[in-house]
Amino acid sequence: MTSQPAGTGDSGLHLAGGTGQDATGDTALDARADGLRRFATIWSRAIYPATATSMTRAEFEEYLLPLARGLDEALRATPFDPRPAFEVGSALVAAHCTDPEVLPSILRVVDAYLVLYCPPEDLPADESRSRCARLQHAIAAGFARALVERTRYEQEAISRAAISARAEAETALQASEARFRAVFEGAAVGIGIADLDGRILELNGALTQMFGGEHHVRNRNVSDFVHPDDGADVWGLYGELVRGERDDYRITKPYYRPDGTALWTNLSVSLLRDSSGVPQYQLALMEDITEARLLTERLRHEATHDTLTGLPNRALFFERLEQALSPGTGTERLGLCYLDLDGFKAVNDSLGHAVGDRLLVAVAERLQACVTAPDQLVARIGGDEFAALIVDPATQGEVTDLADRILAALSTTVRLDGRELPVHGSIGIVEGPTGTRGAADVLRSADITMYRAKAAGGNRYEVADPDSDARAITRHGLTNRLPTALERGEFFIEYQPLIRLADGSVQGAEALVRWCHPLHGVLGPDQFIPLAESTGQIVPLGRWVLQESARQAREWQRRSADGLPVRVNVNLSPCQLYHPGLVDEVAAVLEETGLDPTALCLEVTESALIGADEDALKPLRRLVDLGVDIALDDFGTGYSNLSSLRWLPISNLKLDRAFTRGIRQHPADPVDLKIVEGIVSLAHTLGLTVTVEGVETRTQAEHLGLLGCDTAQGWYYARPGPPDHLHTLTLCDAMSA
Amino acid sequence: MERPAWAPQGIDLSVPSVSRIYDYYLGGSHNFEVDREAARQAMEIFPGLPKIMQANRAFMRRAVRYAVDQGITQFLDIGSGIPTFGNVHEVAQAASPGARVLYVDSDPVAVAHSRAVLEGNPTARIAAADLRTPKDILTSPEATELLDFDRPVALLLVAVLHFLADEDDPAAAVAELRDALAPGSLLVLTHASTEGGPISPEQGGGVQGVYRKASSPLIMRTRAEVAAFFEGFELIEPGLVPMPDWHPDTPAGHEEDPAAFVGFAGVGLKA
Repeated sequence: MTSQPAGTGDSGLHLAGGTGQDATGDTALDARADGLRRFATIWSRAIYPATATSMTRAEFEEYLLPLARGLDEALRATPFDPRPAFEVGSALVAAHCTDPEVLPSILRVVDAYLVLYCPPEDLPADESRSRCARLQHAIAAGFARALVERTRYEQEAISRAAISARAEAETALQASEARFRAVFEGAAVGIGIADLDGRILELNGALTQMFGGEHHVRNRNVSDFVHPDDGADVWGLYGELVRGERDDYRITKPYYRPDGTALWTNLSVSLLRDSSGVPQYQLALMEDITEARLLTERLRHEATHDTLTGLPNRALFFERLEQALSPGTGTERLGLCYLDLDGFKAVNDSLGHAVGDRLLVAVAERLQACVTAPDQLVARIGGDEFAALIVDPATQGEVTDLADRILAALSTTVRLDGRELPVHGSIGIVEGPTGTRGAADVLRSADITMYRAKAAGGNRYEVADPDSDARAITRHGLTNRLPTALERGEFFIEYQPLIRLADGSVQGAEALVRWCHPLHGVLGPDQFIPLAESTGQIVPLGRWVLQESARQAREWQRRSADGLPVRVNVNLSPCQLYHPGLVDEVAAVLEETGLDPTALCLEVTESALIGADEDALKPLRRLVDLGVDIALDDFGTGYSNLSSLRWLPISNLKLDRAFTRGIRQHPADPVDLKIVEGIVSLAHTLGLTVTVEGVETRTQAEHLGLLGCDTAQGWYYARPGPPDHLHTLTLCDAMSA
Repeated sequence: MERPAWAPQGIDLSVPSVSRIYDYYLGGSHNFEVDREAARQAMEIFPGLPKIMQANRAFMRRAVRYAVDQGITQFLDIGSGIPTFGNVHEVAQAASPGARVLYVDSDPVAVAHSRAVLEGNPTARIAAADLRTPKDILTSPEATELLDFDRPVALLLVAVLHFLADEDDPAAAVAELRDALAPGSLLVLTHASTEGGPISPEQGGGVQGVYRKASSPLIMRTRAEVAAFFEGFELIEPGLVPMPDWHPDTPAGHEEDPAAFVGFAGVGLKA
């Protein structure tokens, strides 16, 4: 910029450094340059503070120098033309002297110093002043024009930028809208937007689908969706939200579907505010949890109800009982009826589990009908045991009334497949203040009491009292002690002789296990074998009985004077029968003791073999193959299937005492005689021997001998006793005693 | 809820924009009446405001030249605002042809205008991003294409950090940017303050009041607070000083308007 003067290019004037100029010309030029420099310095000092330029002062002064030169040349040009000054005004605006306030400063310096420092030699003073004034006018005009142009240009530029930014934002907004719309429409959760008056404005597909169609939701008000199962706080929360007092809430809420069923949702509602924070809309997000809820409910129901009878199960009963017993729940008293059906096992054994199950269902229905109030609960505790709970009974009478109702409900027979089955039960009642007793304690007391009712003949109830509790032989106590009883040697075996009717000689004996309980004294098998069965303890216990009996039989044989083999009968429980190790165990015992297999007879009840298929009979056949005899015990107590006698691997029938009762006395019942005769004849035809149980009189013994029975056992001959009493027969006639 | 990155920033021309106010202070006409009204209100409280902006421009010019002298040819100017005159790319490319300059601003109008101004300049670009999310800046396509972060970059945070409130955690933003820079990079920074300069706390408060209604609030910080932004940088001489005192072209105190001494400027070197 400094190498060429601004403005008029045709002046022919050039800057210093030119050659061939004379000394006078050099001096004149130097003086002019010096004057211009001094003018520019003053000019810069006046303008610089008012500019927005980022040039330094020195740079700005350098910028002004050519402008000053342009003014100088215009001042002295012939003919005079002020137009270069116009460009000077423009150039100042270009250097960011954009504040109109700066114009007076610009002109003041020109007015005062241009002619002073750059005097045109050939012009009269007033002509110089006049030209200077016209130059100022041109500077002002050029400044104004440039400023206007620049302002217009920048205003246009910024407007264009604003418009383009807006267009860009618009496009982005549309794209964003499209994305949100896609999210809204495609979302798996239901989305709805309503205004603060509850008018529904927008719904997505998932939501309308949940409600079974748009018309079921559209044009409705949020407040219409009241449901009887709404949580207590639902509408309170809603009110707070629409009033702007809360920003969101999450709840579980049901709605009606068009078909009236419930749509359960996880509902999340948020308040939407505008940019200044004023509430505008409510946004609801909902997730259909109906299925999950049903599943949870079903799982809960399954976990707390008995699948067979549909009654609450043991778990739920316990839960309720514990709830009632826990302090601070306000429950002061409770009543509990513990019911066990009398003789159910026989039904199950003789008629099969399917019939047993149907009987239980029938009983459950009757029990349910006995319950009259919502604070009463009937549950199936397990097997044929049921329990009823009464929370806060008004009187003890209310509980015994319930027990009476239950007994009455069971007093009529149950008709199944055209058969009338009698059902009875024994009930143990516990009634009293909740106090400090635990649920298990209460149930134990009820159980003990129930057994008292059973022991008293059944079909009755007994009310618990602490003394009886303490004395009672409880299943709980026995069950708990069973596992260690064997180790402690609390079991022993008694033998009841089996008499050969043909000659009255002792053929062998049936082994009968006893438990010498430290508290309760000697217990018979009826009192603990079912428990051992249900807990699986029967397997080790049965093994011990087998070993002990086999060892004893071998011992008898060694001592036998006549050298005749003495046989021993050992009972096999159903649980043992289906135990996979049975055959190996029996073989091992025979091996260990050296007992001849033919001296061992295993007694199996008729009911244990009901429904047994060929696979289940395999162990018995293998035992027969070993040489062991199998006897069918208690024959005639169940619904004996005579045809099964053909293929069961048995060699002996043990007739139940029921058959022989009618021939205890003289004269014998002719029908009973005929029946026994028929059975014996049938058995013999099938190659089976017949043993009669429960022989108590001489008459019986004689009749049975005449009827062809092979062996007999009973108190007439001997009661069960220690092994060394085997040959001590009492021949004690019950009738003549 | 945080606005997703792809949702557009609203453009509300009824709100004064700090970048257009800045342009007005510099005598520009890239502004609207709302901007000018806000600027006039602020100037009523502290008439020297335009001088502060000029001092900022002048400092930035000197700092850019200093960076070029140090061999730096890449510039990242965040909060660049409305390009008027003496812009970074003009100064840098005049001193070092081919110097690469990336402008960053969050004001969509400033971005649109910058784009128009920079059209045809192959080595100067504008990215729309916010200083509060440095990751967006560093990973923007413009940054990826234009800048090589394995070589030194001059990071310019001129008159911008005072638009970030403490809850925006400006220190974390600066640290994140610093960590992306190669050794030998420079941090060029100015910041508004009522400490030291001829502006009273009352005046400062009044100006802040005006900015509260603008697109960004104005946060005055103490010298110590400003110095803390240089963590990880070594302040080069003369340290953190009033803008005219940083590498002046002319001897200090030379007829400078007192208002130019408001605020602090400094340049730090990343070791």
